[in-house]
Amino acid sequence: MDMQQTTQPAAMTQKETPPSERRKWLKKLYTQRHIQIMALLGIAWMIIFNYVPMYGIIIAFKDYDIIRTISEAPWAGLTHFKEFLSDENFGYVMKNTLGISLIKLLLFPLPIIFAIFLNEVRSLRFKKAIQTISYLPHFLSWVVLGGILATWLADVGIINHILMALHVIDQPISYLAEPKYFWTIVITSDLWKELGWSAIIYLAAITSISPEMYEAATIDGAGRFQQMWYVTLPAIKGTISILFILAVSGVLNSNFDQILVLRNSLNDSASNVIDYYVYYTGISQGRFSYSAAVGLFKSVIALVLLLIANQVSKKLNDTSLF
Amino acid sequence: MFITSRRTKGEVVFDLLNNLGMLLICFVTLYPIWYVLINSFNDGKDAMLGGIYWFPRVFSLENYKAVFNNVGIMTAMWLTVAKTVVGVVAHVFFTAMVAYAFSRRELIFGKTYILLGTITMIFPGGLIPTYLLIRNLHLLDNFLVYIIPVLFSFFDLIIFMTFFREIPDGLEEAARIDGANDWTIFLKVVLPVSLPVLATIALFHGVYQWNDYFAGIIYVNKESLQPIQTFLYRVVAQSSSNIMTTALQGSAVTKTVTSQSVKLATMVVTTLPIVFAYPFLQRFFVKGMMIGSIKG
Repeated sequence: MDMQQTTQPAAMTQKETPPSERRKWLKKLYTQRHIQIMALLGIAWMIIFNYVPMYGIIIAFKDYDIIRTISEAPWAGLTHFKEFLSDENFGYVMKNTLGISLIKLLLFPLPIIFAIFLNEVRSLRFKKAIQTISYLPHFLSWVVLGGILATWLADVGIINHILMALHVIDQPISYLAEPKYFWTIVITSDLWKELGWSAIIYLAAITSISPEMYEAATIDGAGRFQQMWYVTLPAIKGTISILFILAVSGVLNSNFDQILVLRNSLNDSASNVIDYYVYYTGISQGRFSYSAAVGLFKSVIALVLLLIANQVSKKLNDTSLF
Repeated sequence: MFITSRRTKGEVVFDLLNNLGMLLICFVTLYPIWYVLINSFNDGKDAMLGGIYWFPRVFSLENYKAVFNNVGIMTAMWLTVAKTVVGVVAHVFFTAMVAYAFSRRELIFGKTYILLGTITMIFPGGLIPTYLLIRNLHLLDNFLVYIIPVLFSFFDLIIFMTFFREIPDGLEEAARIDGANDWTIFLKVVLPVSLPVLATIALFHGVYQWNDYFAGIIYVNKESLQPIQTFLYRVVAQSSSNIMTTALQGSAVTKTVTSQSVKLATMVVTTLPIVFAYPFLQRFFVKGMMIGSIKG
């Protein structure tokens, strides 16, 4: 890397005045012009596609419409935020968003448990096969999974078939048309799709544990459960903390791809979440300022949650994102 | 592998139960997919009676014929192939290029650049401002809307950068002595030794491009620019079987197929490319995920 710097002074000495700091800096900038161009192309992209929308958020405090530009639109203060907080939809949108997310948060340990038990499988070939199979659903799109679910849950679908054969129900149930089943469908299908995939990071962390730790534990007479508890779990504690912080901060993020596929007007009272509400009021109804305010409300809470989770984790076990 | 023999009774029982549990998970994972597969290979009218659980009852390829003869589905399919190929090449090349520059420690303003990137991860612009931007850029109903807004990802940049910093300096030095400039070094030295991380990001972005249906809903109205996932979304979620029925009217085989059976066959065709590609790339992405997790 320092090749240039060592070769440059030779050329410099031919000039009478010793180069000032500034000229040295310019020289350095010139020698790295190629990588500066590469970097600036990326910065330019970020300014257009990240920073311009960040600036665009100010429409949440304005009355923006398509006819005017953002800067021309009149200020509206906090009107849109107040409107959302007093909107009749606010209550159930928040309830659905938080309800689904909190149940998902409760299931946070499942991939860890899966990873730990998978680690105990002795046959390497079997272990590899399970991994390959368990990652597979992650690669299906939510649209395809929505199609699978619609097939399974249809009136003539396999679920109704089995439940009726077992005399649990007499009439087929239209699961996707009834709000009371929506959360269960969302959470189960999410678990089915992502259990194996979420376990990857933990498995990666587990592979870095030295086998000697397990040998030592075995010599001390530790059984398999004790090895999991006293060797594996403490070794991946850091990874768990980091992922938990991220999970907490994402509590207002619904899996929008999933919700949009599974929702319909019949289950709306259980399926309308913030992300969908922003999409609906903004894109379908064209209430840009109002929906931007709802979106910003969400982002701000997410940020606050991230900071709190980060601080708590730092206090409790010395791991944090920043 | 370190204890090969001499398992206690408890250990034997544990292993047995653990393996059984794992087999159960595999079954639960695979069966729903298998169910769709066998039903898609079954005569459509017959499948409506239900009860097909393990193998097709009346084997038929008509559903697949209907899919491949359908102009709408095939247009959407080829569009998806195009946007995936172009999108992956552009995203991987562009993000890797910026990451290479960011990975060079002597880069002036390097810390500022990285800070600018980090801020984008903490403060997202959100759906509505992004939509307005895309509209102002005249990218609505434009093929490039699938490529340019996702050309770059700071998260992927971090994964690339971490990898590039591990490359021994000697390789670049040798090229520099031979008179290579930074572009040549990036293209001829850095990229060729970074195959695992390139494959990882290519796979992730490829899956995103192949599976994304939202861009097709929100930014595109033209039917000719509709990706297959958006097409399927309209069929599945809006359960408007009339889309499928209209789509089917063009084909000659409407005697034995139903909109449901063609839907299943379309789902299978849509999913196959990814299912075939990913086991080959698996060894790469596990490593890539690890790099990401250490840094991220």
